[in-house]
Order: sequence, then structure tokens, then C-alpha cells
Amino acid sequence: MPESHDPRFKGRSEQPLAIRLVHWCNAVFIVLMAGSGLQILAAYPSLGPRGAQYWWYPFQGMSPPSWMRLGAWLGGGRHWHFAIAWFFAINGAIYLGYVFLSGEWRRRMFIPWRDAGGALLQFMYYLRLRKTPPPEDFYNGLQRLAYTSVVFFGLVMVLSGLAIYKPVQLHFLTLLFGGYDGARVVHLGGLALIAMFVASHLVLVAMHPREIVTMVTGGRHE
Amino acid sequence: MSKLLTRRKFIAGAAAASILAGCDSHPIKGFLGAMKDWNQGFESAIFLPSRMAPELPPSSATPEAAFPAYFISDEMPDVPDNWSLTVGGLVDHPMTLTLDQLRKLPGTAMCVRHHCVEGWSAVAAWHGVRLSDVAKLASLRAGVRYVEFKSFDEGYWSSWDLGSAMHPQTLLAYGMNGHDLAVGHGAPLRLYSAVKLGYKMVKYLTEVNFLATNTGGYWENQGYDWFGGV
Repeated sequence: MPESHDPRFKGRSEQPLAIRLVHWCNAVFIVLMAGSGLQILAAYPSLGPRGAQYWWYPFQGMSPPSWMRLGAWLGGGRHWHFAIAWFFAINGAIYLGYVFLSGEWRRRMFIPWRDAGGALLQFMYYLRLRKTPPPEDFYNGLQRLAYTSVVFFGLVMVLSGLAIYKPVQLHFLTLLFGGYDGARVVHLGGLALIAMFVASHLVLVAMHPREIVTMVTGGRHE
Repeated sequence: MSKLLTRRKFIAGAAAASILAGCDSHPIKGFLGAMKDWNQGFESAIFLPSRMAPELPPSSATPEAAFPAYFISDEMPDVPDNWSLTVGGLVDHPMTLTLDQLRKLPGTAMCVRHHCVEGWSAVAAWHGVRLSDVAKLASLRAGVRYVEFKSFDEGYWSSWDLGSAMHPQTLLAYGMNGHDLAVGHGAPLRLYSAVKLGYKMVKYLTEVNFLATNTGGYWENQGYDWFGGV
């Protein structure tokens, strides 16, 4: 990726060690959380309370395929999910702490007034409505939007997951998501958004395989 | 506690397990076992005895035909003749209570959301006696930490932490949505609580024992979390 124009990043590697560690741990945790979450979903693969299932959900009663599931049965899926949830959440907290304390947020996070225009132009470039991509500064605007959004999705997953896990003890959280069944909708919707992120992430990485090396070695120093 | 399982009970249990869980269970060891213990500590640490589940208007009750009713026996358990509830264990006044005697105790009602381990929720009003009121009548001795619930749904039982059992929204319920408990929902008497998952709320009650030891439970011993709070 292009160098950052920001002199604060002189001498720093493209992907500092903390980012690389958190990234690869997160890749493992997301797979485990998704698999065990789908195992839990399979016990009641519907949205909405009994007797008032949501009319708009097109997959009522449809279980996720067994190859996507982890844990073999509902209890096993719960054990995996509630075990890895801690690691997923703590890993996310380490990422946020590092990104803000190190100043990395300046070249990674989406700042609307700085990045919105670039994100739009990059999107038009991908749609072939523009011949050339807009100039990049470490990341382009669309990358920043994607990487910032997925961190937000992760936070929503932790909070909506807690709301489902303890809908009485953490009732204030459950209310925030429109109640227990609302929190299940948000939690499954969050999985869908994260899955879409991962799919496009993998496509783009396949188109720029050097970035895999960078995410392992850290890349060049700026 | 006797855990002698007859073959029939084992088969009935396995059949019910496959309905609820889709598969036989596995003992939980190693990393997952350690995390399960950790999570149980977390669950009991965040349980606040003063936290009330929101009460809902009775008009929001789930149509009863849509409210699932599970049991583990081969057939829906029928009320035995001369049914009564035995209250025992580490208490000064062990009791045997008939349904009429239970109905004469000061009663209460609450309409709350039910949370099943499977992920569904449903709403109903429940009528009964607070378990904490029954505990007062029985007069608990020092050293009681757990409450065990037994049923005539062959082989089904559960045990609870004392704190959740003494929660004001934990009832010995004899009514639902303004009428007597239906057979499917645990007639004549069931445990109902707003602070536990469904499998903790034993139906078809026969015994309530206040104990110093944790005696597990039907689903709990197959791997579901013992605390099972919501």
C-alpha cells in the first residue's frame, strides 16, 4: 500500500506487530464464533417470538448447513460460543486500545470529512464509472470505511450477544436492541454483515496477494 | 442422590435429548470445560437478586397453542392420584402440601417473557406462590446453598443456586394465563421463574429440597450449563 503522507508514521512498519497478531487471532475467532453461533441458531432457526415470528425474515425454519456449524449439538455450540466470545471481545479491545494509543487510527479509521469523498470515488472506480482510482494515503477512503465499519459491527455483535445471553440481568442492553427477539435479529444481521466484509476482503486480498505477506511480515518501514 | 437409570429412562432421555439438542451429549473437559466453569462464575457474579424482569401486559401473552411444552417421559405425564408437594432437606419444618393448601397461601401473579435455551421466547402470565414464601414457612437451616426440584416427569430434576430460587419472580406456579396449569405446562404445579432458562424450571413438581450440595440436573448433567440464568 502507498506510504502515509503523515510524518508521524516515519519509520513505522505498514502493519505493526500488534495489528498483525490481533488480525490473525481475529480471523480464527471469527470462524469459531460464526460456526458455533450457527450451531446455536440451528436449535431455533427462526426470528421473532413464538406465535409471532417475523413475516419479513425469508429463512424462517431454515437451518444453516451442518458443514458451517461447530459444536455438534446445541450445548456444544453454546460452550464454544461463550468460550471464544471472551477471546474475541478481549482481542477487539486490545485492537482498539492499540489503534488509539499508537495513533494508528489516523491512517486506518474512517473520518467522514476526510475520507467520504475518496471512498465515493474509489467505489465509482470499482464500478468502472471512473478510469483512475483517487489518490491513496496509506489506505483509500473505501478501505477505511470498510475497516472501521467492521470494527463497529464487532462491537455491535458483542453488545447484542450479551443482550441475548442475559436479557434480564442486562436488560438495559436488551432494550437498546428492541428486546430479546430484536437483539437476535441484530446479532444474526451482524453476522451477515461481517460475512459480507470477509467475502469482499478475501476477494481483494486475492487480487493483491502481496498484502498477505505484509500482514505476516509487517511490510516495509515508512 | 440415586442416579440409577433404567434402560427405559435412558432411552426416553436420549429421545428427548435428540428433540431438544439434535444430538447426544458429550462430557465437557479441557479448554471448553474450564471456560464453562469460568462462565458459570461470571453468570452467578452478574446475577443481581434485586434485578426484576420487566412485567408485560397480559395482552402480550403468546397464544397458548404456540407456546412449546416439553417433557421427557414417553407420554405426557398425568397427575398422580393424591398428588402433594414435599418440602424438605435442611429445614426446621418439613412439609407436605396439597394443591388446596398451596392455593390458600398468599399468592402472586406475573406476566413475563420466557427464554428457552434453544433461542425462542414466549410470553405468559403465571400464578402461584413465591418459593421464598414457602422457604420462610419451612424455615431454612444454616448451610442451605442449593435447592433441588424433582418431578413425576420420569427422571427429570434440576437444582438451583439459593439466590435465584429466593428471587421474588421465582414461583411455585399452579396457574397460567388466568386458568389452572394445563397438563402440557406442568400440571398441577411447576417451578416458574423470570430469571432462568426454561430447562431449569421443573414441571410436574413433587419435591423441593433445600440442600447444602449441588445435585446437578437432567439437562445439566448432559452438558447444559448448570446456572442457566437469563
